[in-house]
Amino acid sequence: MTLDLRGKKVIAIGERDGVQGQAIVEAVQSAGASVLLQVTQCFV
Amino acid sequence: MDLDEQERIKQIVEANGGPDGIVAILGSPDAESAEMFAETISLGDPTYTGALAGVSLGLPVYHITEPEVRAIVDPGVYAAQIEMMEMVLDVAAIHQAVRSVRARGAG
Repeated sequence: MTLDLRGKKVIAIGERDGVQGQAIVEAVQSAGASVLLQVTQCFV
Repeated sequence: MDLDEQERIKQIVEANGGPDGIVAILGSPDAESAEMFAETISLGDPTYTGALAGVSLGLPVYHITEPEVRAIVDPGVYAAQIEMMEMVLDVAAIHQAVRSVRARGAG
């Protein structure tokens, strides 16, 4: 299965103990996507 | 998933005119969390407590470390932003969990 993020809009749901939202944003932007929403979940 | 965020996601998708052109990318640290988020975003809130209860947005959902995503991210950005976490997470279990939700969405 191939994925093409060029021109796509991404909802980035990061997690504090995993990959954070901002890191996802930078990664998907490098793949040509724009970001609709970025969050970093935090469970304590 | 936070109830306010479920509402925000629902509103964003509605404002977009539907799920076309939107992809959800997760950064969950384990398979359980990845499955919960993927299911909520794609198929509806399985706990039936938030705005996405009974709402199947049908968004394609991937984990940031899945090969489909990694293949199209700039390698330098991936190395700087993602690779460290990829090394410590159980990515095989996470990938399996997210794939299983995608398969249910396609069925």
